[in-house]
Amino acid sequence: MRSTRKYLALAAALTAAAALAACGSPGPSHGASSSTGKVTLTFWSNANANPLLGVFQQLMKSYHASHPNVSFSYVPIQNEQYDTKIQVALQGNSAPDIFFQRGGGFMATQVKSGLLANLTPYVSSWIGELGAQAQAWQINGHQYGVPYDLHTVGFWYRKDLFARAGITSTPSTIPQLEADVTKLKAAHIAPIAVGSKDQWPDAFYYDYFAVRECSVSTLEAAVKNVSANYPCFAKAGTDLKAFMASNPFQPAFLNTPAQTGAGSSAGMVADGKAAMELQGDWDPSVFQALVSSSQWKTDTTEIGWFPFPAVPGAPGNAAALLGGSDGNSCSTSAPEPACADFLEYLDSTAAQKLIVGASLLPANPAAASAVTLPADQQVLQASKSSSFVQEYLDLAWPTNVGTALDSAVADFFAKPGTTSPQSIVTAIDQAAAQQ
Amino acid sequence: MTELKGATAEVIPAVAPPPSPGRRRSWPSRRFVELTVLLGPALALFTIFVLLPIGIAAYYGLFNWTGYGPLSDFTGLHNYKLVLADPVFRSSLWHNVIIAVLSLVIQLPISVAIALLLNRKMRGSSFLRMAVFAPYVVSQATTAVLWLLILQPGGFIDALLQAVGLGGEIKDWLADPNIVLYTMFVVLTWQFIGFGIILLLAGLQGIPAELREAAAIDGASAWRTTRHITLPLLGPTIRIWIFLSMIGSLQVFDLVWIMTLGGPANASSTMVTYMIFFGFRSLEFGYGSAAAVILFVISFVLAFAYQRFVLRRDTEGALTRAVR
Repeated sequence: MRSTRKYLALAAALTAAAALAACGSPGPSHGASSSTGKVTLTFWSNANANPLLGVFQQLMKSYHASHPNVSFSYVPIQNEQYDTKIQVALQGNSAPDIFFQRGGGFMATQVKSGLLANLTPYVSSWIGELGAQAQAWQINGHQYGVPYDLHTVGFWYRKDLFARAGITSTPSTIPQLEADVTKLKAAHIAPIAVGSKDQWPDAFYYDYFAVRECSVSTLEAAVKNVSANYPCFAKAGTDLKAFMASNPFQPAFLNTPAQTGAGSSAGMVADGKAAMELQGDWDPSVFQALVSSSQWKTDTTEIGWFPFPAVPGAPGNAAALLGGSDGNSCSTSAPEPACADFLEYLDSTAAQKLIVGASLLPANPAAASAVTLPADQQVLQASKSSSFVQEYLDLAWPTNVGTALDSAVADFFAKPGTTSPQSIVTAIDQAAAQQ
Repeated sequence: MTELKGATAEVIPAVAPPPSPGRRRSWPSRRFVELTVLLGPALALFTIFVLLPIGIAAYYGLFNWTGYGPLSDFTGLHNYKLVLADPVFRSSLWHNVIIAVLSLVIQLPISVAIALLLNRKMRGSSFLRMAVFAPYVVSQATTAVLWLLILQPGGFIDALLQAVGLGGEIKDWLADPNIVLYTMFVVLTWQFIGFGIILLLAGLQGIPAELREAAAIDGASAWRTTRHITLPLLGPTIRIWIFLSMIGSLQVFDLVWIMTLGGPANASSTMVTYMIFFGFRSLEFGYGSAAAVILFVISFVLAFAYQRFVLRRDTEGALTRAVR
């Protein structure tokens, strides 16, 4: 009797151990299709707050209404956490069917590892309508992602604070910007808010000085060769150092996050605590999410935009812009036709008008008429008339080089007095050598 | 103490049933079955979730690998050399050491003092014990967000300093590279000091009251009693606290990652934030794995040396069977 019980216990223990060993994460059900042809698409995105969250939910609902066989399982993830989560999911072969993507070097790494579906056969008939920017989502002529918006980095500013400091027009050169910084400080207003804790907002400044100092052909060569070893990149560092000397940023900017909460750089501009911010065109949508709806109503008239000023004497293109786009990719395990069809739906004029309603610029020019915020129209006009848009360098380069750039610029922001501007170039080239 | 000795040395025979004269079973097989049942699952879990990942990380560290696709770019010990030569890694390690040393010289005396105070019989002592222990119960993420709000420019701390006329002492608590590490240490102390106090209180409860009474009868002052009776008898607890504090200092991550991301300019980075940065932010999984293995080796060597040389007298007989 005793021994029977003991062996039963042993058997139970072994079963438990075996069950434990076997219990791996099943992962999301990939386009879980049944015999009736119904599919559920898992969709991960960084659209985790209204208005864009609401727009995506509405679009999924209306797509489901016209395609009853396709339903969605939507997972909103905070922007700064998104990159880590998607990497882990991709590595663990449990990637969602559709997921947010920014193009560039990060997407290229995923393509190289065979994780993304080639969408060319599904989108080639219409992708041309999006214009040149859709090409940024191609690798060796194949489409691995589809953008749903268009991004441009520039200065967002508050007209009320500019007026209070006695500034009558937006600056068009860096010395004018520095003069405005002085005026704003005299009026006890934090001139420029920057989210240095997140590092990438710092890199916008370096990127823009590089865009002003380098010729288009040098920029293209730098991205292609993964190198910053050109004199104009060193000059960009010197320009940045000179600009930093005017102390243009808010107090304690080194620990300010970019978009999270009222204390973030976006929150400060939205709240009227800082006069400007160098950010992407998505900034108004962040403002809108951070303030009350009544304040947002007054803000829409108070918020203005101007491009990064020209650097006097710099040989680069003074009107060139820094930008990129947001889009989605389909993983190789996704049901490709359904996934690609939904991405096409996101770029339809009707869907694009809704996305524009979330304070974003449309990927499809057909929806340009829906842009109502005067500042946004200005941004759209600027990107239309600009002859060259440089993709954010930290995204254009491979990920490790991009983070090296962000860290080096952040180090420089933290200690502009003791860090050499040349250290940024050195850090980029060291990381590139690791490739 | 004699009871304890017997219990440790004779634990297995005490559990085994007396041998039945009819069906004699050989000792080793019974023992084998028991060991398999009792130890097997734990050993399997330990192997799968601890030993195996360490081995795999050491292996990944030999490759230049983005985390996607096959391990094809073998670089030998190159990653390990790069990590050790990187000034940022060295300063991160140094930050861990600073936190460990500050814990020892600041947290320990405070913990002992508060524990001695709370060990007295007084009104509200259980409330006070609960109050000092409360921060330890709060999750690190919550603590981090709480302190981010308290320390933000113009936040509670700044307002407090202003109110007491120390407005000139207001600093960029989390944004000044020269201060941020010490700010983090204050937050770490706030969170973890309660644990040390409770541990020491438990140690104090174990000291027989008779010894103190006898000392008092012999005319020893309160200070002398504390110095020559209480503190020496608290030794084993203090040595365990130092051990836990040292390991904790090497592992600091959550608070720092949420509050500063290791910045500004790596001024508050630790070995773990360094590892996460290169593994997940920079997509250099080979390099990040090498950093992880180095962190493991450093922690392991320190823990082992401490166990071997400092904790030996406390654990003797428990870990080794040889009881003199």
